[in-house]
Amino acid sequence: MISFVLRRLASAVPTLFIVVTISFFLMRFAPGGPFNLERPLPPQTMANLMRTYHLDQPLWSQYLTYIGNAVTGDFGPSYIYKDNTVFELIGKGLPYSLQLGGYALLLALVGGVLAGTIAALRQNSAFDFLIMSVSTVGVTVPNFVVGPVLTLIFAISLAWLPAGSWGDGSLRFLILPMIALALPQLAVFARLTRGSMIEAMHTDHIRTARAYGLPSRVVVVTHAMRAAMLPVVSYLAPAAAALLTGSAVIETIFTIPGVGRYFVLGAINRDYTLVMGTVVLIAIFVIVFNLLVDILYGLLDPRVRHD
Amino acid sequence: MTDILTPAALPPETASRSLFQLAALRFRRNRAAMASCIMLVLIALFSFVGPYFISHSYDQVFPSYVSIPPSLEPRPDASSLQDVMESVASRARVELKEFAVEGQIFTATVTSDKPVDPRTTRYFDRANEFDGTQVVATEDDGRTLKLTGSVSREYFLFGTDSNGRDLMARVMLGGQISIAVGLLASLVSLSIGVLYGATSGYIGGRVDNVMMRFVEILYSLPFVFLVVVLVVFFGRSFILIFLVIGAVEWLDMARIVRGQTLTLKRREFVSAAQALGLTDWQIIRRHIIPNTIGPVVVFVTVVVPKVILLESFLSFLGLGVQAPLTSWGALIAEGANNIQSSPWLLIFPTIFFVLTLFSLNFAGDGLRDALDPKDR
Repeated sequence: MISFVLRRLASAVPTLFIVVTISFFLMRFAPGGPFNLERPLPPQTMANLMRTYHLDQPLWSQYLTYIGNAVTGDFGPSYIYKDNTVFELIGKGLPYSLQLGGYALLLALVGGVLAGTIAALRQNSAFDFLIMSVSTVGVTVPNFVVGPVLTLIFAISLAWLPAGSWGDGSLRFLILPMIALALPQLAVFARLTRGSMIEAMHTDHIRTARAYGLPSRVVVVTHAMRAAMLPVVSYLAPAAAALLTGSAVIETIFTIPGVGRYFVLGAINRDYTLVMGTVVLIAIFVIVFNLLVDILYGLLDPRVRHD
Repeated sequence: MTDILTPAALPPETASRSLFQLAALRFRRNRAAMASCIMLVLIALFSFVGPYFISHSYDQVFPSYVSIPPSLEPRPDASSLQDVMESVASRARVELKEFAVEGQIFTATVTSDKPVDPRTTRYFDRANEFDGTQVVATEDDGRTLKLTGSVSREYFLFGTDSNGRDLMARVMLGGQISIAVGLLASLVSLSIGVLYGATSGYIGGRVDNVMMRFVEILYSLPFVFLVVVLVVFFGRSFILIFLVIGAVEWLDMARIVRGQTLTLKRREFVSAAQALGLTDWQIIRRHIIPNTIGPVVVFVTVVVPKVILLESFLSFLGLGVQAPLTSWGALIAEGANNIQSSPWLLIFPTIFFVLTLFSLNFAGDGLRDALDPKDR
């Protein structure tokens, strides 16, 4: 097990390296630069800026410098948010995104699995139909519609909850963005759970458990659930990575100072280092969660061996 | 003897059904899937044929009708015409004496201290409400003019946006662009994914290892964000948007096709093709790819809504197609910004958008069930 984890972590290094390389060169081959503003800067200023940020050096040397610095944890200064290093910016935004994303992930997972299980146990009932319709809507309605609609209903018309901002970080402020963020993932979890649960309820070991006269709660929770959770667990990795690294849309709508906005802002301003920092952050999340899911898989399904 | 043989020589009453026919039969029995297909056809007709049946173009601006709510009644309504005429008259620096509307024709009498230039009629035509204004009589040495012209009535069934453009025409255009992006991007991802997957799976061995390792690495690239970067850096043209989206959505397709290819390449017909001396490329093209079509078609119905959703995300960030062109995503984003003052701007595009994605999902489910040989 430990050697499996170590091997996976070791193989993550070249993956990260290639991700960084691809992003670096893709960005640099694009026209424009961080200091090409609408009003052109005087040539001398431009030259000075380029020298300060080492943008005047050949591309390969910039690349080597970047890699060298990144290995030591130095992701360089942000070009747009002056006086801030990329590390500081992400460090500031990440706690907000993590907290909001964590709640949303919990909501999506618990809600989705619960709804999917109930729908599967009462297959083709009105409740099943309702769950499946709602989850299809959840997948198809973009969250930049869900966000404003929720705000309009619960914050403006009913005035139950605040319309946006982080506030004091209490749950009241997080409920609306959390729901808007969780809804599409909740829908996917519900569909996955329903599908695999229906399949699991028809397997031999469930029939055996029923034949033993076990109460149906035990059959469902301890026997069927365990088998049905496999596809859910494998979807957990992309869902967690997407939710925890923040959403540009939700953070914009609810004015949350998270890390999701940085990518879009960085891209629009051609803030190379900030974009690179965000790419690395997301890639790390994806890799780590894939690893965690593989470990979890082994725990759920003893047939999966990590050796 | 012949009497006995004749009935046996007749062909059986029911013809045998091919696998494809069976699948089509199962699909047609699936009511949700059939309804979805009809819905999709209707939406496509609305988007692509609809513009020929309405009088407004998507970029036509009606300054008199900014942000008006949807209505089945034609605009302007009779009661507001008086006000409109008065404001036009004051803009033309003449005084309105009489004003009457009969059916589609209006008559007005205007006076001024100085002789009125007959060219003042241009002021009247400039308003969206009036058209073809003519001078019928001149009195008081040209100080009084009698005017007549037609009232142009406009229907805005979906209302207008904050620039005074007909929302129905915009929704139609948005549909054209969203559907086109969805189909073209899926086509791009289909081509890359099928070719990549079939090549990787058929050649196998070390090549397969390297190619699939590359796909795995690409999986950990934050792709949605890569799309944002590419679109921001290389410009916001329509072609680029679907190329970029297609170029990042092919990974799943490649994996599916590779899996199919791995089983296909052990089949006899492939061995036969190899024995006949066909090259690898010929075998991939003529024997492998055509046989992977089933799962690929099903997967396309998953990709198309995904792509449309991704395009709408780009539009929300302001990175979609540029105005006056629009897409459903762009319209929805615009509507979401004006949700309180003009909710119809959000409602109409969202209805079409959600209906399309809903139908694509159901059609895809139906297709999967129909092609799935397991539950026959």
